[in-house]
Amino acid sequence: MISQSAAGQSAAQPPQPPTATALAVPSASHHQRGGKNEDAPNILVYKKMEAIIEKMQAESTGVAVRTVKAFMSKVPSVFTGADLVAWILKNFDVEDVTEALHFAHLLSSHGYIFPIDDHALTVKNDGTFYRFQTPYFWPSNCWEPENTDYAVYLCKRTMQNKTRLELADYEAENLAKLQKMFSRKWEFIFMQAESQSKVAKKRDKLERKVLDSQERAFWDVHRPMPGCVNTTEIDIKKAYRRGGSSHGTGSAGASLAKNPVEQLTRIIALRKQKLERRTIKVSKAAEALVAYYDQYNEFDYFITSPELPNPWQTDSTEMWDTEKNSKEVPVRRVKRWAFSLRELLNDAIGREQFTKFLEKEYSGENLKFWESVQEMKALPQSEIKEAIQKIWQEFLAPEAPCPVNVDSKSVELAREAVNSPSGPNRWCFDVAASHVYHLMKSDSYSRYLRSDMYKDYLNCSRKKIKSIPNLFGVKR
Amino acid sequence: MSEAAVPASNANANATEKMASLVREAENLKTKLEEERQKLNDVNLSNIAERLEQIAYVNIKPRKVLKGHQAKVLCTDWSPDKRHIISSSQDGRLIIWDAFTTNKEHAVTMPTTWIMACAYAPSGNFVACGGLDNKVTVYPITSDEEMAAKKRTVGTHTSYMSCCIYPNSDQQILTGSGDSTCALWDVESGQLLQSFHGHSGDVMAIDLAPNETGNTFVSGSCDRMAFIWDMRSGHVVQSFEGHQSDVNSVKFHPCGDAIATGSDDSSCRLYDMRADREVAVFAKESIIFGVNSVDFSVSGRLLFAGYNDYTVNLWDTLKSERVCLLYGHENKVSCVQVSPDGTALSTGSWDYTIRVWA
Repeated sequence: MISQSAAGQSAAQPPQPPTATALAVPSASHHQRGGKNEDAPNILVYKKMEAIIEKMQAESTGVAVRTVKAFMSKVPSVFTGADLVAWILKNFDVEDVTEALHFAHLLSSHGYIFPIDDHALTVKNDGTFYRFQTPYFWPSNCWEPENTDYAVYLCKRTMQNKTRLELADYEAENLAKLQKMFSRKWEFIFMQAESQSKVAKKRDKLERKVLDSQERAFWDVHRPMPGCVNTTEIDIKKAYRRGGSSHGTGSAGASLAKNPVEQLTRIIALRKQKLERRTIKVSKAAEALVAYYDQYNEFDYFITSPELPNPWQTDSTEMWDTEKNSKEVPVRRVKRWAFSLRELLNDAIGREQFTKFLEKEYSGENLKFWESVQEMKALPQSEIKEAIQKIWQEFLAPEAPCPVNVDSKSVELAREAVNSPSGPNRWCFDVAASHVYHLMKSDSYSRYLRSDMYKDYLNCSRKKIKSIPNLFGVKR
Repeated sequence: MSEAAVPASNANANATEKMASLVREAENLKTKLEEERQKLNDVNLSNIAERLEQIAYVNIKPRKVLKGHQAKVLCTDWSPDKRHIISSSQDGRLIIWDAFTTNKEHAVTMPTTWIMACAYAPSGNFVACGGLDNKVTVYPITSDEEMAAKKRTVGTHTSYMSCCIYPNSDQQILTGSGDSTCALWDVESGQLLQSFHGHSGDVMAIDLAPNETGNTFVSGSCDRMAFIWDMRSGHVVQSFEGHQSDVNSVKFHPCGDAIATGSDDSSCRLYDMRADREVAVFAKESIIFGVNSVDFSVSGRLLFAGYNDYTVNLWDTLKSERVCLLYGHENKVSCVQVSPDGTALSTGSWDYTIRVWA
């Protein structure tokens, strides 16, 4: 029933770009916005897709395009969805059929390939026939067809009384709307449609079939069927974006659009700054990242299942409820306090424990000072000045009731900042606070971790826990 | 006439020469920098990670679908309570969801469409949002009527506001904008506490460093760069280049010593701040669409990346391999975010929905 003709070769070449008179897309409206910004994000993607389409159309290594004989008629220049998916699987680093199919679907929804008789631009992995779009209609040409063009196109379709050209319901609705919208110039639209239709009738039958379908696919991209994605919409941020224009020197990288001298000077300054920077070996950085994973993988619920069921997987809020109930602190959480002082202080109960420990050691003022500074930094601007004075009086001033052990240099810096003529800012105690933090980290914190207080707490929470469910998803 | 013309052409020649010498200098510095960094590039991250077991599969499935927006979802943020999500959309609405029950708890209509960014305050009692209106507006979370009545504009940029976060306090907001700057605002007074100039393209994303002081943040821009800023001085303290197109997303590694970026060049990259260089690129030949949003899992091993090709890719950051693909959205994925306790991933899309995966 379906036989392959020898038309493969000629069909692999898309038909010649149709002339404007034959189509409802006048070339006059085929304008390129702002001279087509070559590195605009959407153009970037179009270029990549077009490179792939070119590969697909390669004579011997591409997708086999045929003309198929069906009953009394011929279906020119088509290939099947199954062939397409097989080609993608063979030629791309896609994982499986699902990904290949998804890839094919994207090529289709952007209008590079299309099903020969369906308005929904998608690909099925079966014997359904697809066709390549002619480069003339590719979205990279920055088509922004107007409603009048669409009206002419729909109008023309009503003149060709062929079943395959019959308007779909949504198209008929669109036509009715457009007719209302353009009622005054409808005569003009009708005349244009008529003349296009006349030109089309003179064409070769098979060529017409191909052209009609390509034109239809063009409108399926720009005026998609309800429920289909309009892939020509661009992110408004990208439409407004000014930076990263195409005037770059290439290797110099960033955009030179605004003020080239100023920007180059900036790039030079940044690179100089980078050169002066002391860095560590990549191996050291890599070891640190791997070590971080080693330490935290049991807290990564995408890798290790939590002690209590994940609420999202089980619809049970037990995990969250238990967490709120401070009497039961899971051992994993307590273990985490030993990772770093930051972890300990980030946990409300951990911070409470550490405060108790420091009080026992009569060194609570360090943490108090550090906390006061953090709290001050979080205040509204109107309250900053007062809070700064309070911290100064309480912890750093000569007769401070709660003096902290800070080196004289940091105190001096803080004094200058507090009394600065432009008024103190929320960062004035940062040097002193980070000094205190490091002091706590190297001294009190390590003693806390060795203390019976921490060990008892850890053992106490350990007893309550049954065995931890093992890793899932990690292959041995 | 002619007298005036001569110095003008001289000035032109001088300017061209100056430009050329600047370009040369920038190039020389780049070469030198590459040489210097190469000396310390002793091994690949993936080599060091060889000793780790492979992540064969991750048991991650769609768990919730939040439907209610009437247009593209542009931004989402998890509440500190780990179950609520705020979302902003092109329909000009801000919705607060109980993601666990999928109920809408509040909906606020903004006077503008295209609300590009939204953020929860650390207390969970306020939300900030903004977009094409160039403003950042704060709403208290109370009843719907009160929310609209008590809203307050905190700051204004000279172009769209693309991103906002609260830096460890309900009282300040950090914003990024299409005017290529970032700004730190005092919520109560609307005072500009610090502004951050340096990018030569639109700022697309910002993230706060997860360290104890909270004084640094990272920004990504259409100038293809990522900058690390000191909030106190307003200066760039570190810069990273390498992307071939707009940087749409930046996120700190949970350790605070590395950042991940996502770009329109369809790659994600990992930059280490200690080594001051790119340490991994996550890309595949078959991935051709841009990345809109990235986020790390708790251990930093997994990087979730939302793409314009409707998918979310999961990358093993240490081995530089893709773990799997998450299908489900029917249009571009605009935002991805791991929940505060690391139990779930939220994704927002141009298909009008938000999904929760776990």
